Amino acid sequence: MSKRTDKAKNPFQFYTSVKLRELTGRKARNLRELAETIKDVPGSVIYYHTHVFLQKHQSSSPEPPNDFAYWVSRVLGEYKLGEELASIDICEFSTIRELREKVINVIENYLFENKDPLRYAPRDEEFEFVKAHSLVMPTGFTAHSLKEFEEIIGKVTIHSIYFHIFEARLRLEKGVNDFSFWIGTSAGAPELAGAIAALDPYTFTMEGLRQKLMDSISKYGCNKK
Amino acid sequence: MKISDYEQIVGKETIYELGLISKKLKKKKIQCINSTKVGGGVAEILTCLIPLMNDLGINATWDVINADPEYFNVTKAFHNALHGNVSDITRSMFDKFASTGEEILKSTKIYGDIVFVHDPQPIALVEKKTKQNKWLWRCHVDVSRPYMEVWEFLRRYIEQYDISVFSSPKFARQLEIPQFLVTPSIDPFSEKNKDLTPSEIDAALRRYDIERDKPIITQVSRFDYLKDPLGVIDAYRLVKKYIDCQLILAGNRAADDPEMDLVLNDINEKKGKDPDIHVLLIDPKTNDIDINAIQRASDVIVQKSIREGFALTVTEALWKAKPVVASAVGGIPQQVTNRYSGLLCHTVGGAALKIREFLNNPAYAERLGRNGKEHIRRNFLSTRHVRDYMLLFHYLYNPEDIIYL
Repeated sequence: MSKRTDKAKNPFQFYTSVKLRELTGRKARNLRELAETIKDVPGSVIYYHTHVFLQKHQSSSPEPPNDFAYWVSRVLGEYKLGEELASIDICEFSTIRELREKVINVIENYLFENKDPLRYAPRDEEFEFVKAHSLVMPTGFTAHSLKEFEEIIGKVTIHSIYFHIFEARLRLEKGVNDFSFWIGTSAGAPELAGAIAALDPYTFTMEGLRQKLMDSISKYGCNKK
Repeated sequence: MKISDYEQIVGKETIYELGLISKKLKKKKIQCINSTKVGGGVAEILTCLIPLMNDLGINATWDVINADPEYFNVTKAFHNALHGNVSDITRSMFDKFASTGEEILKSTKIYGDIVFVHDPQPIALVEKKTKQNKWLWRCHVDVSRPYMEVWEFLRRYIEQYDISVFSSPKFARQLEIPQFLVTPSIDPFSEKNKDLTPSEIDAALRRYDIERDKPIITQVSRFDYLKDPLGVIDAYRLVKKYIDCQLILAGNRAADDPEMDLVLNDINEKKGKDPDIHVLLIDPKTNDIDINAIQRASDVIVQKSIREGFALTVTEALWKAKPVVASAVGGIPQQVTNRYSGLLCHTVGGAALKIREFLNNPAYAERLGRNGKEHIRRNFLSTRHVRDYMLLFHYLYNPEDIIYL
């Protein structure tokens, strides 16, 4: 068990990631087209539509937490399916491929059980598929101890926190978020690492998540004094 | 303004991140080219962004093309045609576009490592593309349902560019080059958006003989049929049945807009002798501050466009925390989430109903206005726009899904 001020085995370098959005020109007008297009667009499209809300609404989240759910509910008026899509627990998936399969399964099961005629989106309200390019760079901030780590969490942009919590785990397929990995393996605080890994990050706003991380580290530090 | 001035609005960490992104672009020359330095959203955006890029250490410059008024009549007709407005497009217009394009090629010097061309007017410049430079075409027009003859004519130019950039996913078309999404932005420190004192607002209203004795409904836009000013008057008259209010239609004269007088005639005819309808042709000398004051003095801002690019007037209104009623067209739904940051409408009757909702429920109007302002602060200010452009520049040299700097 380490103290907050103990020097870590290896320093933690903070990176950040910003997004450039590419238009694919692909559109869906109904649920069947949505499912079929989800099957063959690149993984970076699935990633975009299941994560864009996190960075768009950083302090408040008025929309269901993925674009598929939003469109299905608000445009097609399929509220039950919209809620099912919104409640997919992204933390359960360690690859975009698995997440894509889950989204397709939810839509296809609904189509199988629901024999009503397909609803069509009005003109100009089709689902438009967008792809995310990530530009990843070092922030120049390096933490050598948990105390420094906590201080830097308070200073970096939400894009940096987003990168280490969401993108590293799912898009870069590391399986665990970067913060938990470093805290567990280098900073000698496996309990804290476990607590951060067990957070439900998709239900926080980004600023809320920043505060939660700082509180968790601070609380851990108090307990170890 | 300096980039550091924006810290007070977007936060220190955001400005620091812009510095990180700009580091590897400092040796690149960015040459922006459009058709005018005065009037219209593109000129406003470049006026703001070019100094910010330079302040970040990027060598960005701005040139405009030289062409005769007849050429701009043709490009205005093309602009309308791209919006899907089937106007009288003739063979001679294509000939004029091509022949003036040749002259523009001769008279415009290309020196940028990255040449950033805005809208169709300078589009033919891409004929000067070499292996030494990268070319971006930035489309500010809603091309979701264009008149195909014009689109196909322009496409032969567009597809010579390395990448294209659009303001809304709805504008994406089948193209052989990548298409990116970059939404426009506003500058919070510009004359049009900066905070004003009550006396500055009152002074502007006095210049146009506007009294604040009745609720003010305002639409700010060019006098253009696509902005549906006649439909706004219809909506105002439906509201007036229940609420004694006044309407302001305010706009200015853009250098490349020859159609405006026709629209103004129709508006004045429809207005008749109603003293509560104010049609304001804003004085170019005080344009920005007057628009700012009028927006701030308004109780509801309307943007009942039939077609839109992005609708920066909506962005401006939301930034002032105003309740907005706007058509769900172009880039407006990206800014206004219905019943969260404003109210969307599709018809004259719908617009009137929603204006009444706001006027009769001030607390609701204030809440949606506040949400709208926060949405703009986080997503549609100049700092985010500069960031997106820098990302595009990086992509030109590293066309990957994940780009490591």
